[in-house]
Amino acid sequence: MYKKAIISSIVSLLLIAGLLSFKIPDAPNAGLKLPTGFTANMIADNIGFARHLAVAPNGLIYVKLLKTKNGKGIIELKQNADGIAEVINRFGDYGGTGIYIKDGYLYASSNEDIFRYKLDAKNEVISPDQPEVIVKGLLNRREHDSKSIVLDNAGNIYVNIGAYSNSCQEEDRQPGSMGRAGCPILDSAGGIWQFRADKPDQGYANGIRYATGLRNVVGLDWNQQLDQLFVMMHGRDQLHDLFPALYTTQQNALLPAECLYALKKGDDCGWPYIYYDQLLHKKILAPEYGGDGKKEGGKNAKDPDVAFPGHLAPNGLLFYTGTMFPEKYRNGAFIAFHGSWNRAPEPQAGYFVVFQPYKNGKPDGKWEVFADGFSGSAQKTASGRADHRPCGLAQGPDGALYVSDDTKGAIYKITYNK
Amino acid sequence: MLAFISVSVFAQTVHKPVTKPATVSPVVNGKKIYLQYCLSCHQADGGGVQNMNPPLIGTQYVLGDKARLIKIVLKGFNDAVEINGQTYTNAMPAFNYLKDKDIADVLSYIRSHFGNKASAVKPAEVSLIRGPIVKTPNKKKYTVRSKNT
Repeated sequence: MYKKAIISSIVSLLLIAGLLSFKIPDAPNAGLKLPTGFTANMIADNIGFARHLAVAPNGLIYVKLLKTKNGKGIIELKQNADGIAEVINRFGDYGGTGIYIKDGYLYASSNEDIFRYKLDAKNEVISPDQPEVIVKGLLNRREHDSKSIVLDNAGNIYVNIGAYSNSCQEEDRQPGSMGRAGCPILDSAGGIWQFRADKPDQGYANGIRYATGLRNVVGLDWNQQLDQLFVMMHGRDQLHDLFPALYTTQQNALLPAECLYALKKGDDCGWPYIYYDQLLHKKILAPEYGGDGKKEGGKNAKDPDVAFPGHLAPNGLLFYTGTMFPEKYRNGAFIAFHGSWNRAPEPQAGYFVVFQPYKNGKPDGKWEVFADGFSGSAQKTASGRADHRPCGLAQGPDGALYVSDDTKGAIYKITYNK
Repeated sequence: MLAFISVSVFAQTVHKPVTKPATVSPVVNGKKIYLQYCLSCHQADGGGVQNMNPPLIGTQYVLGDKARLIKIVLKGFNDAVEINGQTYTNAMPAFNYLKDKDIADVLSYIRSHFGNKASAVKPAEVSLIRGPIVKTPNKKKYTVRSKNT
């Protein structure tokens, strides 16, 4: 009996050592500040540069890593009863951002290609080393290379092809350089492309440019209530650096808006010719194309559903359809703001998840900060040296909200308890 | 007598010695250039931006070959390289419109701040890399590629 006690103690110690392969945060709610009734747990940490994530109907979590870790770019985690998510598989020899589960398949993207993996009845990947190549050869010139993906309910997959340019200048990010006439980038980037989700080896010739005038979309979602694509665009940088006579550093920090667009096929959101000024509530002609901060433009370009403050970097978008959270969250939008860099020399901002209520398919009232504290402190937010930066959002089968962090590789699970 | 005094006063005004304008110290100038041109991307602490803009702290690009560093500032940089094990996606534009002294001062500043310890860069070293400036027929200024490229 004494021997049994020693053995079980040793086993317990080993189990605890295994669980403590990451440090359980001392602060309540893993250091996050949430509205009343919500709880956050850090269910995993240090898994790599965790970009987007997907949660299967049985709670299995798949995470896409920006860069491979030990040669693998997709992490599979199983949630245990104790609330920890344990890594049970690593596969995929490519880095990237996009990942999405739909109708028994796991879809994932590198910065050039889109793959899919058939899932078995337990939502496990059947052949992790033999993905189907759905789309290949998407343009990647390093700047804005995230090929974020989402699927609709009609067998189509949508992918961001970010513009390899800040504002389509002749010389990228060069002060005073003007915009390229007709911005030829838009032919093959700066928009959302649509492909079939079930056809192998598609290229540009097989897809259609679903929406254009979108500089870079990292966070996007299929709104199930409206059966429509929604995107968050990263607005252009460096208004002050490039046109100091027109914009102060303070104006540079706030402008242009980060925009949420409700898209239909053929929509043009106006980049690079205009940007959205959330203070004037107008589409303003970009200085690269003759603007002066006041002249309007983009008569045929879409207006955003919501315009958020500049440079917060929307990396995740999720329209909530669960029943765990209170009624006001149903069909509204969670946005993961990765946090700014381009506000310098002004203080940086972001590093939080916000919520925008929707009612009858339209934004309803002002957005609010939902989960804050990822950065670790107000000083870390201001300096831009955040501990954690929210990137991906996913909804679990029970309606819990999952948030991934691509700086330290943490996964947070946010639940609501009445 | 009055005429004599006024003449001498007038003479004094005409021959008042001109004070030489103070040259801005390289450190002061270097910091000023950094704040105006480099900070927005490389940030106040020189640490850059994860995955996008490289750090200026302890990298071979900053501490190593001065010619390569000067060239980067003159011509910009957009190559896919690893810097201390990481890659960065944004394009760095050319800063060839900055004067030799400004480029020398800001590089000296960077090489002696943010924990870096490396020798200063002299304006003559910058002009050597920049090469001669040639005026084209329509009077635009272009920099001729130096022999070192």
